[in-house]
Amino acid sequence: MNESLNLWPLAGVAVIVLGFILRFNPMLVVAIAAVVTGLAAHFPVETILASIGTGFIKTRTLPLIILLPLAVIGLLERHGLRRHAQHWISRFARATAGRLLIGYLFIRETTAALGLTSLGGHPQMVRPLLAPMAEGAAVSRHGPLPAQVRQRLLAFCAATDNIGLFFGEDIFVAFGAIALMHTFLLGAGIDVDPLHIAVWGIPTAISVFLIHGLRLYRLDNYLARHAEAQQAAGAPA
Amino acid sequence: MILSIQYLYWLAGIILAITCAMTLADRDHPRRWRSGLFWGLFAVAFLVGERLPPVWVGIGVLAMAILAGCGGVAVGSYRPLAEKAQQAVAARLGNRLFIPALAIPLLTVAVALGLKGVKIGDSFVLDPSNATFVALGVASVIALAVACWLTRDTPVQAMRESRRLTEALGWALVLPQMLAMLGLMFTDAGVGKAVAYLASTYIDMDYRLVAVMVYVLGMALFTMVMGNGFAAFPVMTGGVGVPILMGVYHGNPAVIAAIGMFSGYCGTLMTPMAANYNLVPAALLELPDRYAVIKAQVPTALAMLVVNTLLLYALM
Repeated sequence: MNESLNLWPLAGVAVIVLGFILRFNPMLVVAIAAVVTGLAAHFPVETILASIGTGFIKTRTLPLIILLPLAVIGLLERHGLRRHAQHWISRFARATAGRLLIGYLFIRETTAALGLTSLGGHPQMVRPLLAPMAEGAAVSRHGPLPAQVRQRLLAFCAATDNIGLFFGEDIFVAFGAIALMHTFLLGAGIDVDPLHIAVWGIPTAISVFLIHGLRLYRLDNYLARHAEAQQAAGAPA
Repeated sequence: MILSIQYLYWLAGIILAITCAMTLADRDHPRRWRSGLFWGLFAVAFLVGERLPPVWVGIGVLAMAILAGCGGVAVGSYRPLAEKAQQAVAARLGNRLFIPALAIPLLTVAVALGLKGVKIGDSFVLDPSNATFVALGVASVIALAVACWLTRDTPVQAMRESRRLTEALGWALVLPQMLAMLGLMFTDAGVGKAVAYLASTYIDMDYRLVAVMVYVLGMALFTMVMGNGFAAFPVMTGGVGVPILMGVYHGNPAVIAAIGMFSGYCGTLMTPMAANYNLVPAALLELPDRYAVIKAQVPTALAMLVVNTLLLYALM
């Protein structure tokens, strides 16, 4: 059935994988992969350029959500927002980075499940508020963090926002992904109630909260261990 | 409609044009002309992109990729507020500094829910197909006004700050769009069909567990390649889900679809192709390791793939 199937466009995938592993500049890797894929599918050069152009224009909403909040966030940072967020959290004696992130994971996942997916996000929530608070809680408990440990803590802040969003939004019935699944199955002649798709996502959504929550709980131990190691070494990194 | 997404494209275009002008005017910039050209091209894509011939846009995109790839996009000079002045502001405003920052997400939700489907006369107030984006734009503009008023600073300074963060992000700001474009190109070229063909030809799915694993892992791997679970779902569900899990093993379609999509999201957590979630945050947080966020996510994602396999096997 697949005699006419052209496997050569997979070369584009190979370019991406190699490019990312060898850590070339991702912009360049993606551009080359797009051209290679087009050539392998026997598209003429003009068609390749045109589909790169149309694809780029069609997806302009993606940078919009990052770009638009930057002026506000930048202005507030100029006036000490991140430092204030660090101070604010250190007033709570029981606050730890892990507990803060578990709380955030819970709120992010449940609000996303109710359809409120914009109550978070990297430029407007993680960079100005969540990351400085997590860092502030860790520093007030364990002292200054070595660069490696700080990087891991901040990466966990971004990861927690992503995980809460992904696994929450997909159990909201009106979310685009549910509509997409419903439409696709309908096209294959299978009629499923969108509500059922949403409900059957709940076991996974609960599991991810438990698994990632456990990792966040252990993050506090990780921070404590490294603080001790650093104090034992006697020199701040 | 009254507030269409087109206005936001123009707004973004103007912000980027200002960034471009500030970069070109910055005599101390290490890559003054090349960075300026990069942001200028990006501004053009927002201002008049939909009216240009697609071939021209394609050439512009490749030019941006070459500028970025040869290290042509760099950070310019910036004068931060003096330490003392910063402390004075923080002391005066206290927790009120949080207000504009929290206003962005809260207003976005309020505007999106409050004005959804509202009409004045015959036209919708918000662009119905892009309500959340438009709401985010409205929220950002209001929050900016509040931030200027609270900090007694000027919109010009806000533009300088926007430029500082835009330049700090650099090409990472453009990457999500590049990857989405590549995803569309993959679809046009039939990459999905080729992958589904390889998976179904070379793997023996006579065992229920193997079939479940092929579907779950296939969704994850395919999402890693395409950067997006939505692109993987039709291919894997069409190739394995419908004919094998539903056709041969009579699984419940709702369970298969729901867990399949979540397996795709596990892939999203592990791939640099999902730049908006993985690479941009690393750039925003100024982490030296571009893959730090992915590294933090991989253990959760792998554990969830095991859980998804077991759940699908037990529930379907």
